[in-house]
Amino acid sequence: MTEPLLTVENLEVTYPGRTGVTRAVRNVSFTLGRERLGIVGESGSGKSTLGRALLGLVPRPSIVGARKMSYAGTNLLACTEREWQNLRGRRLSMVMQDPKYSLNPVKTVGNQIAETCFLHLRTSRKDAERRTLDMLQAVQIRDPEVVYQLYPHQLSGGMGQRVMIAMMLIAEPDLLIADEPTSALDVTVQNEVLRILDDLVRERGMGLIFISHNLTVVSSFCDRVLIMYGGRVVEECLAQDLQQAKHPYTRGLVAATPSLDVRRDELATVMRDPEWLQ
Amino acid sequence: MSEAPASRRQAILGNTYRAVRTILVNPAALAGLLIVVVLVLAAVFAPWLAMGQTPLRPDLANRLAAPSSLHWFGTDELGRDIYARTLFGARVTLTIVALVSVVVVPIGLAVGTVAGYFGGWIDTVLMRITDIFLAFPKLILALAFAAALGPGIENAVIAIALTAWPAYARIARSETMTIARSDFIQATVLQGASTWRILFRHIVPLCLSSVIVRLTLDMAGIILTAAGLGFLGLGAQPPTAEWGAMVSAGRDVILDQWWVATIPGLAIFIVSLGFNLLGDGLRDVFDPKST
Amino acid sequence: MSSTGTIGQVGRRHYLTSIARSVISFLFSLIITFIGLTAVTFLISKMTNIDPVLALVGDKATKEVYDLAYKALGLDQPIWVQYGIYLKRLLSADFGVSVLTGQPVLTDLIRVFPATFELATIATVIGVLLGVPAGVIAGACKGRWPDHVIRVVGLFGYSVPVFWLGLVGLFFFYGKLGWVSGTGRLDVFYNGVVTTRTGIILIDSALEGNWEIFANAFGHLILPASILAYYSLAYIARMTRSFMIDQLSQEYIIAARIKGNSYWGAVWRHAFPNIMVPLITVIGLSYASLLEGSVLAETVFAWPGLGLYITRAMFNSDMNAVLGGTIVVGTVFIGVNLISDLLYRVFDPRLRTS
Repeated sequence: MTEPLLTVENLEVTYPGRTGVTRAVRNVSFTLGRERLGIVGESGSGKSTLGRALLGLVPRPSIVGARKMSYAGTNLLACTEREWQNLRGRRLSMVMQDPKYSLNPVKTVGNQIAETCFLHLRTSRKDAERRTLDMLQAVQIRDPEVVYQLYPHQLSGGMGQRVMIAMMLIAEPDLLIADEPTSALDVTVQNEVLRILDDLVRERGMGLIFISHNLTVVSSFCDRVLIMYGGRVVEECLAQDLQQAKHPYTRGLVAATPSLDVRRDELATVMRDPEWLQ
Repeated sequence: MSEAPASRRQAILGNTYRAVRTILVNPAALAGLLIVVVLVLAAVFAPWLAMGQTPLRPDLANRLAAPSSLHWFGTDELGRDIYARTLFGARVTLTIVALVSVVVVPIGLAVGTVAGYFGGWIDTVLMRITDIFLAFPKLILALAFAAALGPGIENAVIAIALTAWPAYARIARSETMTIARSDFIQATVLQGASTWRILFRHIVPLCLSSVIVRLTLDMAGIILTAAGLGFLGLGAQPPTAEWGAMVSAGRDVILDQWWVATIPGLAIFIVSLGFNLLGDGLRDVFDPKST
Repeated sequence: MSSTGTIGQVGRRHYLTSIARSVISFLFSLIITFIGLTAVTFLISKMTNIDPVLALVGDKATKEVYDLAYKALGLDQPIWVQYGIYLKRLLSADFGVSVLTGQPVLTDLIRVFPATFELATIATVIGVLLGVPAGVIAGACKGRWPDHVIRVVGLFGYSVPVFWLGLVGLFFFYGKLGWVSGTGRLDVFYNGVVTTRTGIILIDSALEGNWEIFANAFGHLILPASILAYYSLAYIARMTRSFMIDQLSQEYIIAARIKGNSYWGAVWRHAFPNIMVPLITVIGLSYASLLEGSVLAETVFAWPGLGLYITRAMFNSDMNAVLGGTIVVGTVFIGVNLISDLLYRVFDPRLRTS
């Protein structure tokens, strides 16, 4: 592996609650090159919080701590708000889950995509417009000129998510975090969106963190997988080795996944053990 | 107290305890509660708290006297003690507030629950009527009403109530529509309970909490409208001590004898502030989402 | 950039039909509410113990004359026929004659309306200019000191009686400090100097280039307008804050931050455009309530507008004037409310294009 894009050591995210402190992310460490890393876990395992922490966007009462968190030589822990703003969207970016909620309802699609351009690239209006149209083309939207003028509620889910990808990739970041990018979509368009995402990431040689609860998608899409449980990374392995995972939780997850190749009369229930958190 | 109450009584006690605690740890709501309690005490014990002064006896030799140890807040244009008048004015204010509540809440609940429960054309008709009243200019209508019926507390109450009930009908309706769809109401229907029993024994009690929160928040508005009517001479008639009318009496001497208008005005302000603070606090307890 | 595709045209046609539908439902609501309003004023006029016949013929009239007038007024007809007659009169803008001024009530109302309009408009402008930013800041700083300060200021506005605040304001700013002029719209010796064109003195004097009168009128206007503005500010700021909190918890705000917006960039460029549409309704409501609610302020400041006219009429048992004024204020009130509702539909892209 060449020089890593992202290094995270002992990341902790905690937030104060009524009954003491909740540790949403516990002692997570990993490095990432220009590769595709999957993060898998159930709801509430801290995977989305982890993604938000990498962008410095964990909501207010929560506290982020780490021994080291650096991105391409930049120490993220020492970043000022101003420096974060220059990083976000330009160097690292994120595709969110549901375009129905993550696109601004009263702004046209074109304006929302072009805004990323304005924020980072200091382009002229005309140039930003042209780049936006190119980008819409790149996410395989057929009539970019028409779609440019549309409002989010006029888009289908699949189109919305492609717009979201365009908006987050137009300033050409080196790292994209995709947080359940297809979970809100119809099964039929999931693959299409994934393929577009895959092509773009490959073409541009970007790093990708793919957060999902879907083991099948992650294992076919990523090079490496982190399994999270209760805020901790319980196992790290290569995607193709997932079937031979060692940790009982991972094995449980794999066993609970329906498969077309292996006949299973009964899907296993995932067993949990609080001891894994110690 | 526990999160899983074993009996109905324990559940009620637990909820009451949580509500009271929420009010008490919120300094603003606590201040509001104190102001309201003081208002009630002042109204009830006015004759004793007046320290030998009376609200109605004129003392023409002592007109417009400045605040002193004898007359704490000074005297008005007829030499009456403003402190005593302010205390007795609390009675008028409280009476109006109580009467308006007694009129408005049952009407609002009746219209709202019936509309929400039966739906269909009943709902459409009732809500149209409600909307009409909601769209009325409140103060002007109250003025016209008081003008037609003649000035006085009762007519002021009717005038305010006339413009205040639609908000309660709206609230009761939306609550009823949620409650009526829930399973336990369906179960009661299956048990053979009559429609009226369901409305009065099941739905109305559940609407009450939001109605009470709204009522507390409205109190300030009711007090201000009542005082406004009093200021215009359409509320309680002289010589009754009424805060709005007292401010009006102090108008002409505001530049020289500021206390005549200022003291009753402050009373109105503090009391409506109290109800607003308490209402905000209650809303936090009963409807934490909307803060 | 112009949209040339078919989707644009389809969207536009939808837009027009949805506007047409809004206008129709707008007119329907207006008519229903107007009928309700006139029914109530009609009932009020029936409740009053002033005998309309006596008011017309005088108490020295003979029994025959009285009966004749009784019939002529339609008082022998069933109540709903009487209401019909009443409605017909109103629709031909006949509110009767004011006992107090001896003029048709409509003429009086047209004369006094500009004063109220001027006051309420300036107050709303101040209220919006201060209230909207205050609400945005309070919502964006929820739970921190700017929020608390703005909340307390708003709470005071909700609690203080307007007539008292007006008096105290007069006492300080006019009586003690002398910063503003006293009651009325102009100093007495300026009355009638400027020709009445719009009835709005600020505009009339500016049209004539008479800046001395303009300044004088401004000095009279600023205190009552500021005091009314305080009420509108309190309401607008509270509503803006709650809209803002609602929008800032939405996902698209996080998306905007991920793109590289600063927090305040996301607040103003993303959340704010989303609250502008509901704000139109709030501002409309506040404007309408100022138009009617200036009654008390007008009394305190001897401001010769609708409110003062109605209250004076009331004390002289001039029911024609009271009810005429009520109907005009009510109609304007209903109209402003409904128009703001209509604007809501016109401006919201979700309603406009879906």
